[in-house]
Order: sequence, then C-alpha cells, then structure tokens
Amino acid sequence: MVTAENALPQAGAIVFEQVRKIFVDPEGREVEALSSVNLAIRPGEFVSLVGPSGCGKSTLLRLVAGLETASEGLIRLDDEVIAGPHYLRGLVFQDPTLFPWLTVRRNIAAGLAARGVAKQQWDEVDEYIELVGLSGFGDSFPHQLSGGMAQRAALARALVNHPKVLLLDEPLGALDAFTRMQLQDEILRIWQDRGTTEIFVTHDIDEAIYLSDRIIVMTPRPGKIQEIIEVPIGRPRSRNHPDFFRLRSRILEVLNFAKELSLSYYL
Amino acid sequence: MSASELTSRKKTDLQIELGELKSEKHSVKKDLNLMLVCKLLLPVLLWGIFWVAHLFIADRQILTGGKYFNWLMITLLGLYLIFLVISYFISNIRSGLVHKVPLISAVLMILLIWELTTLKLNLLPLPYFPPPAKVFAALAIDWQTLWISVLYSLRLLGIGYLIGLLVGLPCGTLMGWYAGFNYWLNPVLRFIGPIPATAWIPVAMAVFPTSFAASIFLIALASWFPITVMTWSGIANVNKAFYEVARTLGGGEYYLITRVAVPAALPSIFVGLFMGMGTAFVTLVVGELLGVKAGLGWYIQWAQGWAEYAKVYAALFVMAVIFSGLITLLFRIRDKVLVWQRGLIKW
Ligand SMILES: Nc1ncnc2c1ncn2[C@@H]1O[C@H](COP(=O)(O)OP(=O)(O)OP(=O)(O)O)[C@@H](O)[C@H]1O
Ligand SMILES: [Mg+2]
Repeated sequence: MVTAENALPQAGAIVFEQVRKIFVDPEGREVEALSSVNLAIRPGEFVSLVGPSGCGKSTLLRLVAGLETASEGLIRLDDEVIAGPHYLRGLVFQDPTLFPWLTVRRNIAAGLAARGVAKQQWDEVDEYIELVGLSGFGDSFPHQLSGGMAQRAALARALVNHPKVLLLDEPLGALDAFTRMQLQDEILRIWQDRGTTEIFVTHDIDEAIYLSDRIIVMTPRPGKIQEIIEVPIGRPRSRNHPDFFRLRSRILEVLNFAKELSLSYYL
Repeated sequence: MSASELTSRKKTDLQIELGELKSEKHSVKKDLNLMLVCKLLLPVLLWGIFWVAHLFIADRQILTGGKYFNWLMITLLGLYLIFLVISYFISNIRSGLVHKVPLISAVLMILLIWELTTLKLNLLPLPYFPPPAKVFAALAIDWQTLWISVLYSLRLLGIGYLIGLLVGLPCGTLMGWYAGFNYWLNPVLRFIGPIPATAWIPVAMAVFPTSFAASIFLIALASWFPITVMTWSGIANVNKAFYEVARTLGGGEYYLITRVAVPAALPSIFVGLFMGMGTAFVTLVVGELLGVKAGLGWYIQWAQGWAEYAKVYAALFVMAVIFSGLITLLFRIRDKVLVWQRGLIKW
C-alpha cells in the first residue's frame, strides 16, 4: 500500500560539508561548478533550489544521487557519507528518460527488477500506476505517452523503491501550465503521505514558493548558496496568498543583487 | 504513429471517401465497379493469352515433361478463380487481391515473354536459357534431390550462423561495455573483419579435417563480423542517461548490461543480424560450390557440369524461396522483439 502506515518512520537528513565540485573539460580547463557548499536539510523537508542557469543546481542533485563525487568535502545522509548511487535516493530528471523498450508498468517496476525483488512482490506497481493517474496505460509503451504522462511515469518509477530522499531536477520544466499545477499538487500529496526528504530544482519561483519549506537561492561562477529563504505560509497553500508576492520579490531581489555583484566582480 | 492515431486517420479518410461517393452520381459508382471488375479479370485475360500462345504457336525446341508446367498453370488459374469468388464475399480479401493484381499480371507477362523467346521463337541460346516449362519440370522431377540439398544447406547455414551469433553477441557486448575488451578485440575486428570470409577458404581447408567443418567455420566467421560490429556500436551508443536512471534505481552492473545496454542496442543488433545473414548466405553458397559435396550450391555446380541449366534455375528458385523465407522470419522476430520502437519499417 502506498499510504502513510507503510511509509516507514524514516529519517532523511542531508548535510553538506564544505562541498566543492570541479569539472575538468576535455581541453583540461577546470570549471568550478560548486564552491564550498554548506547546507543542512532536515528529514522530511521539502527544499527548492533556484538560481540562474549554470549555477550548479543539477550538479548538487547529482552529488546527492551519487552520480558525481565531490572534489572536496562530503555529503552525509543520516550520518552516512554518500558514495555512489543508492535506490533510497531517487532521482527524476527533467527529461523523463523512460526505458523505451519497457511498457509503462515495467518501467515503473524497473526499480524492483533492478534490486532483484521477486515478481510476486510487485503488487504495488499497479497502485503506483493509479497514484500518478496512469490507469489504463500500464501496457502502453513510452512513445505512446504524452510528455506529462511520461513525466508521471518517471515520478512513479522513482517512488517505487520508497526512497528516503527524492531528487527532482526540473521535472515539470517541459510541461504546460495546467499539467504543471496538477503535477505539483500530486508531488505535494505524495510527499505529505510519505514524509520523504525532497530537493526540487526549478526555474519557476512561484512553483518553488508553492511547494517548499525552504528555498535555496544559488549564484553562479562559482556556484554557491546565496541565501536560504523560509516559506512561512501554512499548508495547504493557496496560490494567491499575499505572502507569495512578498516572497517572490524577495527572491528576485536576491537573484538580481547577485547578478550585480558578479557584474561588479568582473568589471 | 500510435495505433489510436492510425485508426482515427483511417476513419477520417473513410469519411472523406463516403462523402465523395454520396456527392457523386450513381453512374460514377457503376463505372468504378466496372473498372474494379476489369482489373480483377486482367490476370485471367493474360493467362488466356498465354494459354493460346502455348497451344497454338508451334514449339521450336524439343520439350520433355511439359505436362508438369501445364498442370501448374491450370492450378494457378484455379487458385486465382477461387480467390476471386471468395473476394466477392469478403471485402478484406478483395482489397488484398486488387492490390496484388498488377504484380500477378507482371509475373504472367514475364512468363509469356520467357515462353515466347525460348520455346516458341528460339531466340535465346540453349542450353543456357531453357523455357519455363523445362525449369518447372526439373523442379517437379528432381524435387527429392533438391529437398535433400535444402536440408544440407540449412544445416550448414544454421550451425555456422548460430556459432557466429553466439560468439558475436558476447564479443560485441563486451567490447561496448569494457574498455579492456575493446582494446584487444578492436584491432582484431578491424584487421580481420573486412576480409571476405571466402578468402580464408585455402586456410580453412588446410586447418579443418573436413570441408563441412571448414564451411561452418567460414560461415560463422562471415556472420560474426557484422554481428559483433553492430552489437558493439549499438551498446557504445546507448544514451548514458539510461544508465544513470538504472543506477539510481539500484541496478548493478549485471542489470545495466543485460537489462539496459542490450535492449537499448537491440535495433542496432538486428541490423547486424541481417547483415550477418547476408554474408552467411554468400559464404554458404561459395563453400558449397567449392568444397562441400552437398547442398544447393553443390547442386547448382553439379547441374552445370551436366549442362542441365533447367536444374540450375530450379535450384536458384528454391534458393530464393529459402533465403527470402529466412530473411522474412528474421523480420518477423524483429517486429515481435522491437514492438516498442516507433515507426518500424515492415518487411
Ligand atoms: N560533466 C561536466 N563536465 C564539465 N562541466 C560540467 C559538467 N557538468 C556541469 N558542468 C558545468 O558545471 C556548471 C554547473 O552545471 P549544472 O548543470 O549543475 O548547472 P544548472 O544550475 O543545473 O543549470 P541549468 O539551470 O541550466 O540546468 C556549468 O558551468 C557546467 O558547464
Ligand atoms: Mg540543470
């Protein structure tokens, strides 16, 4: 069952300690994607990352996912240092990247298959199909789905392993406004059911405010955390709560300030 | 295109057609029906012309066993008429038949020209160009030898291709996955692969105790190369994001290779399987022409030695049926395995 009783009383505290990430491009030049990131995310918290393109948001997520390793410093999940991917840290990409050779049901079950869970214990899969509103499409292939449906399937696929941490890298970026709002609500509902820690990357400030407990504003070159903004609006939130506008202008201010700062740095 | 899209498109087409039919007058509809009937009767007409030529123009060549061909022609006409009657009741079969009419007519035309230029007018030199009746007689009289030859050829081809496949798939997979394998196998593949397998015949004959074993080795080698190359390139070109997804889902290396890399590379692997089958056919026939004492290639060689060109053509016909059947079978398998691919070309 995909309900609160089954979701184990799980932790999911993430701590970044002096994390630095340097990429070396093929010509041997170094790119500092992240410089000394210090951050503590509470268990079950919903955190958004916003910031201009290239400030290292995806890099930060990929570090938590274990797809990249930090050049310096370390990241802990519940006091365990992250080294390599683990099924308890699920990742949803901007592009759904469903396996085109598997049906929707098989795609969603991929996490179970990958861990070698016996097929008799796959009953949950159909509940996930329903959970993300894909009933009737279990036997379809990914190329028969719309963008929004594919993204729902990708979300279900990341959830099937009951991750402690769910990392979402602009999962709704390619969708129309209506589908977007619908999926935002679905993500919130699942998050509240599960108590997973979620890190959500987005370019949409309203989306960040609507979803998160805290918003982390990042600045580029080198990527670092500029400011962390609490969202003091109670849930369930209304999209036109007066505090929305205040927070939005605040975030924009931080982003603009950062831009001026980096400009003066270059001048 | 998705199935639902297809059906909706068909529906709109139908609606347009219906609308046109309704808007036009009855006489047009009758004309259409008349044209359809004419079209469907065209093969019967051509058959009649053939039969008239067959009966009333004197032979200028000596022909034995002509009765087999007569029976064939009568049977074919009978089959066509049966289909014609069925198609009157079943519209699916009707449209299929209408679609095939130009092809059937073309075949009849070719038979007619063939008959005229050989048996009737003696324009083409003998023994190289026997009349159709003689080729069919060879097929009908010598079918047992031909059948045994087919079995021999299939055995050789099957064993050789299977070995090429069983070695090529792992070779390509390992090359695509492990840099170390690629380092050692890539030069071998590059250096030895492009040599046509048939060029190894002298070596194979010397190394292997029998020409049968030598041929199997050559066929395996011929199919191994394209299968390996296409598997390797397929696996090396898999979108890296699939691996990242699989790893965050808890997949280990075995899962990544067997459940991500190989399925993702399947379209490319199938290209290799087709290419490998083509090279295997070539090598099989050359092997049989040169050394093996059985099989269709050997049969052709043997018939040529006796200047029995009708048998050569009969064997070529059988070969075409068998090889084309094998390619069709491979296409069927591919269509089953790759149902998930968008816009697959049907064979
Ligand atoms: N594999 C890589 N090799 C070299 N440089 C990289 C690599 N991945 C990221 N970078 C660099 O690191 C920086 C941060 O990249 P990242 O993808 O994390 O940005 P982002 O904040 O996610 O941007 P966007 O909002 O456009 O997705 C960029 O300058 C990028 O060029
Ligand atoms: Mg990014």
